[in-house]
Amino acid sequence: MNDTTAIRHIGQPLRRREDLKLLAGKGRYVDDVRLPDMLHMAVLRSPHAHANIRSVDLSAAKVAPGVRLVLSGKALEGKMGPIVPNWIIPGSKVPFRPVVATDRVRFVGECVALVVAETLAQAYDAIGLIDVEYEVLPAMTDEDIAIRDGAPQLHDNVPGNITTIYKVRGGDYQKAAREADHVIGLRVINNRLIPTCMETRAIVASPEPDGTLTVYIGSQVPHMHRRWIAETVGIPEHQLRVIAPDIGGGFGAKMHLYPEDLLCPYLARELGAPVKWWESRSESHQSTSHGRAHTENIEVAFSSDGKILGLKVDTLGNVGAYLSNMASGGPTVNTVNFGTGTYKIDNYEAISRVVVTNTVPVDAYRGYGRPEGAYIAERAIDAVARHLKLDQVEVRRKNFVQPTEFPYRPYGSMGVMYDSGNYQGLLDKALAAFDYDGRRRECDALRRDGIYRGIGVAAYTHMCGMAPSRRLAMSGFDRGGWESARVSIDSSGRATIYSGSMSQGQGHITSLSQIAADVLQIPMDNIDIVQGDTRQVQAGHGTFNSRSMAVGGSSVHVSSQRIVAKAKKIAAGMLEVDEKDVSYSAGAFSVPGTDIAPVTFSKVARMAYVGHKLPDGVGPGLDETVFYDPTGMGSPSGVHLAYVEVDPATGIVDILDYVAVDDVGTLINPLLAAGQIHGGVVQGIAQALYEEVSYDPDDGQLLTGSLLDYAVPRAEHVPNIRSLFQETPSPTNPIGVKGIGESGSIAAPPCMVHAVLDALSPFGIAHLDMPLTPPRVWAAVQEARTGASQ
Amino acid sequence: MPEPDNRHIVTLEINGTRKTVAVEARKLLVHLIREDLGLTGTHVGCDTSQCGACTVEIDGQAIKSCTVLAVMADGASITTIEGLTDPGAELSPVQAAFHEHHALQCGFCTPGMVMSVRQLLKDQPHPSEHDIRHGLAGNICRCTGYHNIVRAVESLASKGDQP
Repeated sequence: MNDTTAIRHIGQPLRRREDLKLLAGKGRYVDDVRLPDMLHMAVLRSPHAHANIRSVDLSAAKVAPGVRLVLSGKALEGKMGPIVPNWIIPGSKVPFRPVVATDRVRFVGECVALVVAETLAQAYDAIGLIDVEYEVLPAMTDEDIAIRDGAPQLHDNVPGNITTIYKVRGGDYQKAAREADHVIGLRVINNRLIPTCMETRAIVASPEPDGTLTVYIGSQVPHMHRRWIAETVGIPEHQLRVIAPDIGGGFGAKMHLYPEDLLCPYLARELGAPVKWWESRSESHQSTSHGRAHTENIEVAFSSDGKILGLKVDTLGNVGAYLSNMASGGPTVNTVNFGTGTYKIDNYEAISRVVVTNTVPVDAYRGYGRPEGAYIAERAIDAVARHLKLDQVEVRRKNFVQPTEFPYRPYGSMGVMYDSGNYQGLLDKALAAFDYDGRRRECDALRRDGIYRGIGVAAYTHMCGMAPSRRLAMSGFDRGGWESARVSIDSSGRATIYSGSMSQGQGHITSLSQIAADVLQIPMDNIDIVQGDTRQVQAGHGTFNSRSMAVGGSSVHVSSQRIVAKAKKIAAGMLEVDEKDVSYSAGAFSVPGTDIAPVTFSKVARMAYVGHKLPDGVGPGLDETVFYDPTGMGSPSGVHLAYVEVDPATGIVDILDYVAVDDVGTLINPLLAAGQIHGGVVQGIAQALYEEVSYDPDDGQLLTGSLLDYAVPRAEHVPNIRSLFQETPSPTNPIGVKGIGESGSIAAPPCMVHAVLDALSPFGIAHLDMPLTPPRVWAAVQEARTGASQ
Repeated sequence: MPEPDNRHIVTLEINGTRKTVAVEARKLLVHLIREDLGLTGTHVGCDTSQCGACTVEIDGQAIKSCTVLAVMADGASITTIEGLTDPGAELSPVQAAFHEHHALQCGFCTPGMVMSVRQLLKDQPHPSEHDIRHGLAGNICRCTGYHNIVRAVESLASKGDQP
């Protein structure tokens, strides 16, 4: 057996180990779970955005064919809940959120009643037989309207519909504004999005003969779901086994606690049978959390040479009808802390207000707050360039934080620290790959022929892998920042690694194996990775906040190092030398400078388990568990450039080129890293050009209620993405890696908007809000032409 | 012929094997494939025939199996993702190209995407990038940004392999 290797795996574009089963149709997602005697739950949802529930008549549903149980919210009162957020910014007012509405509904889609039947079709049929009498109340869906005097009030304990007020300050903005040559303001909307994992949510809860309960759920955070379900339903946590099988995308939406996550476990125990719930796509649009939904008022003070002197931000974050899992943290810590972006802006003043409305709860979606923060910084600096008629690249270069200034605390912040970076390097690499000067000349030349092309630029940085744990406590986040990994070597020298991270398509089976293989010096084929089963995996926080390589990967790295350290002790005993004389390389323990025959890792593993000849003080076994709590957070960064052509006659934006240069520290797998950039950028392009959740402002009806109405881009709507990297290792973890998953969706929205605005600059159009759909662009051009002709 | 309980008998050939099942008239083909035949590689990603995750081959033509009632498939020959590879056998060219070019992440859209790519290459053995992007417009992928799917298809086009 080839049991050792000297090959370095980190940095190799290895093909994914998880592909074969997925390509063969052998993936196992929650909806593929079929258990004997399994029952099906369906949920009746509110058709009104805001209403009192007068009565609920379940009688017809109860006698429908196949129906086993019908319940309204009243029947569940006191049995479980309420649903409480996991992140509560200090000072927040938390609305009471029952699992199923009892006397009032606050958004279209809120759970009102449920049916459990023998088939899903029977459950759907019976749902249609439930008769609910509503008293419709005035509704509002817009954050700007929600905070006005006289707006409908959603919760008695949330006066003015504001749950949270959060402020950030550094330097003296007012003084900077007084002394600046120019001060301009802009108001930008960060459009509400639907995360749209291709696999909708689903859950199966199954009572086991031994009294425990197994829950299958597509969860990014299986151990967190175990805790939340245990605490909210009242099941001892150790008697609950959460299994997250293959997950069809998460993007943040599968890391929250939803009513159905609680109902299935409760009902399975009540009925003594497995209960499944599967979310239809249209149901998903009104029941799974949305993303973004901000309004930002920005003021920027700058000198005539383009140096930014101060920035002021006023954020309104629309979080829907209740405070979802992380909702008070998104528009606050995650957004305005990062409002200065990659730029050195010493005078900064920001306020964020978290606002409830009659809409689907808004929570984390790919980037969560950082796309909104980067949009603030980027739209501000682009406005400065446009105002002064300076080159958009040169204004950025002038304001960048310099490579010598890291670690860098923007505006003297105690909470934000960018660990490393080289923004000038990113910019230069992007400009060269893009042929910026050539394209600029091309744009100018073509404009004379009535062809409107534009170049967009955006730079970003942020912080990934929320840590250390004590820091999360300060911001009211009820979880730790660590990740755990157990590396278990068997007697043949093969490794099984139990990781608390949770892949939803990122390819952890491959990337974590690469990390372990380099330390253990054994082939990847000799390494198995186990995730997503709380009975097998000791503990974990899962995958979000681009944390899995930096925190989860580091825990695998450190745990593997401990294996090698113990193996070295055992090898020293076998070689009958002092441990300090033993060297480990290419998977063999040897004594350099001697002719003592080396022993391989597998031989040492065998010795660890037979235990025949272990040094004093070394116990048997080769099995190490690490709870790795980072000391800090890594800061990925990047510069993206887009080249577009806008047809003023139709408003259609054609994307001609897109270059992404990202610095995510050490690249573990360049192939998978580029894949993360491609996907993130396209989700960002989608926000900029296509996607927007629409509500009827009068009655709060969801107008984008299915994929017919919500414009997720197809292959023909997006370009090739040229993904390049710069590697500035993070000093905050042993691998030097930084987060990557959110980069694309942070950079692409401002980049695309700037490109379109650049193309439209001959028309004098300085601002447009996303999404830049053809009607919106066309209308802006028409308006500009009409204005010009008057 | 309706059965006494309003079920209808459907006989079809699935991945080379003849099967007979009794289904409700309202049952969609995708649910017959997943529930009655247990072939869960074909996925349901939406309820408005937008996403393409349920694409299978019916009598040699790639079709979204959510647009077909199960009873309409009586007598049809159907190939699903499970029918492309025998156990232990090598991946088909389209599957192998997806693996080589990292054209899948979460894998949920992949079976439908693979079936659509086979159809695309049947219709246009040497598609341009524009042809590929247009030809896959019926399938949504949320993870890859389509970039590597296009690369995978291009690799097959340039080699001229049969799907």
